[in-house]
Parts: sequence; structure tokens; C-alpha cells
Amino acid sequence: MSKGNGLKSGSRLEQVLAAGHFAVTGELGPPKSADPSIIEQKCGYLKDKVDAVNITDNQTAIVRVSSIAAGVLAMRHGLEPVMQMVCRDRNRIAMQSDILGAYVLGLRNILCLTGDHQCFGNHPTSKYVFDLDSIQQVEMVRKMRDGRFLCGEEIRNSKKADLAPPKMFIGAAENPFGDPFEFRVIRLAKKAKAGVDFIQTQCIFDMPRFKEWMKQVVDRGLHEKVYILAGVTPFKSARMAKYMRDNVAGLTVPDSLVERMEKAEDGAEEGIKICLEQIEELRETVGVAGVHLMAIEWERKVPEILERAGLTPRPEVDKQALAS
Amino acid sequence: MIIAERKPIEDIRRMVEGHDRVLVLGCGTCVAVCMAGGEKEVAILASALRMAEPEKEFKEATIERQCEREFIEEVRTTSDGYDLILSLACGAGVGFTAELLEEHRVVPGLNTKSIGVAEQPGNWSERCLACGECVLDLTGAVCPIARCSKSLLNGPCGGSQDGMCEIDPKNVQCGWQIIYDRLAKLGRLDLMEENRPPKDWSAAHAGGPRRVLREDAEP
Repeated sequence: MSKGNGLKSGSRLEQVLAAGHFAVTGELGPPKSADPSIIEQKCGYLKDKVDAVNITDNQTAIVRVSSIAAGVLAMRHGLEPVMQMVCRDRNRIAMQSDILGAYVLGLRNILCLTGDHQCFGNHPTSKYVFDLDSIQQVEMVRKMRDGRFLCGEEIRNSKKADLAPPKMFIGAAENPFGDPFEFRVIRLAKKAKAGVDFIQTQCIFDMPRFKEWMKQVVDRGLHEKVYILAGVTPFKSARMAKYMRDNVAGLTVPDSLVERMEKAEDGAEEGIKICLEQIEELRETVGVAGVHLMAIEWERKVPEILERAGLTPRPEVDKQALAS
Repeated sequence: MIIAERKPIEDIRRMVEGHDRVLVLGCGTCVAVCMAGGEKEVAILASALRMAEPEKEFKEATIERQCEREFIEEVRTTSDGYDLILSLACGAGVGFTAELLEEHRVVPGLNTKSIGVAEQPGNWSERCLACGECVLDLTGAVCPIARCSKSLLNGPCGGSQDGMCEIDPKNVQCGWQIIYDRLAKLGRLDLMEENRPPKDWSAAHAGGPRRVLREDAEP
């Protein structure tokens, strides 16, 4: 039915973005044990509130339920997953196999990531892989969508069989707060060249620096090639704001925000207010196609934040849509 | 050169356990320059061992290189009568000594660290991973394989901050920041914009133990 609809994957996230809606994605960290009940609980908060939810892939190198398995569970609970896949743990063989596997299980969005170094996690003596970097990974997934493995072979079961490629909507991350700053837009341009469809950014607290980066993105016309989803994270408390300022790599938290959190009588409410102001400002920023709301261990607040931001209900899409 | 570091004395004592006559064999090239396994280090280790284990004999000898047949042959006679050779060469030297002096048990006195340089006196750092397919022409002669903690080929990841790497922001530089600065100085930042394809890791150790053959050098 969807022949010629111009969609690359037919995922809900792709349809929302292609229709020009301001997209909303969330984040769900899989559990650190074989007890999956927390996935159902977190999905309950996010269902019908976000267009898709990122399923992290052993974030900070701590072993968790795999992003594919947790993604399938998220689908059963009514959410569209964005499967994260880091380059740290798989070579090109395992990646392509898992992409085929994820696709046959119904996953349609992937987020290609370098991955935190294993020294941060609970197996610091492990060996890393990094066979590919995230830019090469994007290009590989794009080639697969076009019908060929990275090695050039066609994706079909036999010479007579039809091509059966995994048609993924391809995402990647970008950190406007990493250095060298001037390279950050170049990195995005390389990902665009590799074939990325959407970008989710690192959590934004330093709005002036984000806007400076966005200006460079717009100047290069990259916002017309790639959907940029701006990352936001609400502070739960002044303690969290301080912790993120002082201890989290690749982040910039201005002192003014920490002070504001410290002065507030109700820290949680102040954190939400700051987040709502950020979302408002991002919606006005040229080139921003949506927000990626990372409510770290605070998923239950997502419905309230999105309702107060006027971002619910989410738009309807064609649930049967296929890639053309 | 090959950079190495002496193993802790307790580990070395465990290895010489049960052996009464030990030949401490130094290597006079790379590991001598990085002050781990040359003549001087052999003397220091041998006297430390004599103090710890006065009932045992520790004979000292150092050859030019333990990675070349002719030099190892020089100690064949000396090694007679010793029941253990404690080699202070890099891993290649230890292995080759054992291969040629096959009647002896050979154990390593060093941990081999890297192919690197003497950055400062007493400060040796890694510069090459012997990936088998050099890319230094594209990166201002700063190696992304050796100097980026993730061996990335398309520029720094999101963990580069203030010139430092996420794995240890106090001590480890971001290799790609060094590359970026170098290319900026050379007026070649255009190289940062090019997409680098996946690397052929079969040229590295992933392709199995490597060998270089040259007919013109054969006897």
C-alpha cells in the first residue's frame, strides 16, 4: 500500500519527521539483570507520549540486557524503539548480523554510536573492538539499506531470490560540547555524507554554545539533509546538576544553572521548569526538528514534562507503512 | 623503538623458584635505550636477586640484540650449565632466544609495552601499533590508531574535551586533537573533512601472525 511514499524505513519516527512534525524521542536504559519488569514499567510512562524511544546499548560500558532484546520488549509494550549500537563491542560481522536480526524482529530505527570506553564500566579489563568508527558504521547501515553488505555482496538468500535488505532509519549522535569545537560541524557533515537520516545531540545545558553550533549546521545546509533532535535532560535536584557539571565527560553545565537549582525551594520543580524553558527555546531554533528527552532514572516525569510543553498528544501515523 | 618495563621483583623471584643457576640475559638495543633490559639493568637486577636469594648463582650477560640469530649464538656456550635464562629482552627477543637455545627454559623479566619514543628523559610513550598499513600521510604524521584510545579514523569522538581523552582527562591527550592542531598548522584541515573508509585490519594482527619476505635479502 505504501509504494512510492518516499519513506526509507517506514518507521513511526521517520513518518513524524517527514511530515514536518516536531518530533519527541525518549530514552530507556535496559535493566542490569534478567528481570525485565522495569522495561514494562518505564514503557508505561513513555507510551503514547513519545514518537520513539532509544534503547541504550550497554551504556557507560556496564553490562545490561541487549538493546535488541529490550527493543523487542518495548515494542510489545507499545513503543517504537531506536536500537542503539556501539562500535565498542562488535566487529563488522556481528554488527551486520545483529542489524539483520533486529530488522527481522521488527526494529526499524538504529542509532550508530562510537561507545563509551570500556574503562568506565564494570569490565574495565575487557578488550575493545572499534573495527569501525561510528561514521563508517552509518555508511555500512546505509549500504545495507540499499541492498549490499559492507563487503559489497548483495543481501539476498540466493541469486534467484529477491533482495531482502534491512531498511533502517539511520541515526547518530553528535556532541556540540566536545572539542575541538570547530570540528563538531565537520563531523556532522561527514555523517551526513555517510548517509545519516537523523541526529540526536548530547544533553544541552550550554544553550549559547548549542546555538553557535546550530548556526554552523544551518550555514552548511546540513539541517536540510539531516533531522536534528536536540537532547534535553531535566535536573532532579541541585545535587544532580552539580554532579553533571563536575563528573560527566563531554558535558558543559553552566554555573548559573547550578546556582538556580541550588536557590530553588523545590528542586525537582525547578529542574522541570528549566527543561521546559529549554524545550521552548529549542522549538524556536532554526534547524531543530525535535527533542530527545533523556529523563535519566526519572521516566515517570516524562508525561508531565511533555504535557506542560504542549507536545502531547503525538501525531498519528500510518502504522502499516512500509519503506518504498 | 620497543618500549618495555621490568616486571616486579616478586614476579621475577617466583619465576626463578626451583632454579639454582640463572643466566640473566640483557638485550643491548631498544630495551637498553629505554632503561629496562640493557647491561646496566642486568647488573642491577642480578645484584638484587643475589641479595634476595644468596644461595643461588646469577650470571650476567648482555648481547647486542635477542631478535637476531648471530647475537644469540654468541651466548650459546655461556649458557651451558645454567638451568634458567631470565631474558631482559622484549617479547620477541625472549621468544627467539628460547627458540634458538631450545635446551634451556627461558622466562621473561620485562613486560613489553609498545612501539614508542623517548618523549622526555624517563618518559616513553606509544606511537605505533604496527597496523600494517600506515596512514600517517593523512593525519599530519600523528597516528590515530596508536594515539586515539579507540583507534578512530574519522576524527575525535564526543569524549574529547580541552585537548584530553575521556579515558583519563588528566593524563591522556586526545590523539585527534593533536592531529587537528597539526593539520591546522600545516594548512591541511581539508583532510579532516574526508570520510575514511573502514580499515583493512587483515594487514594488522587480525590477519594472523605477520611475516615480511624479501628475496633480495635471502642467503
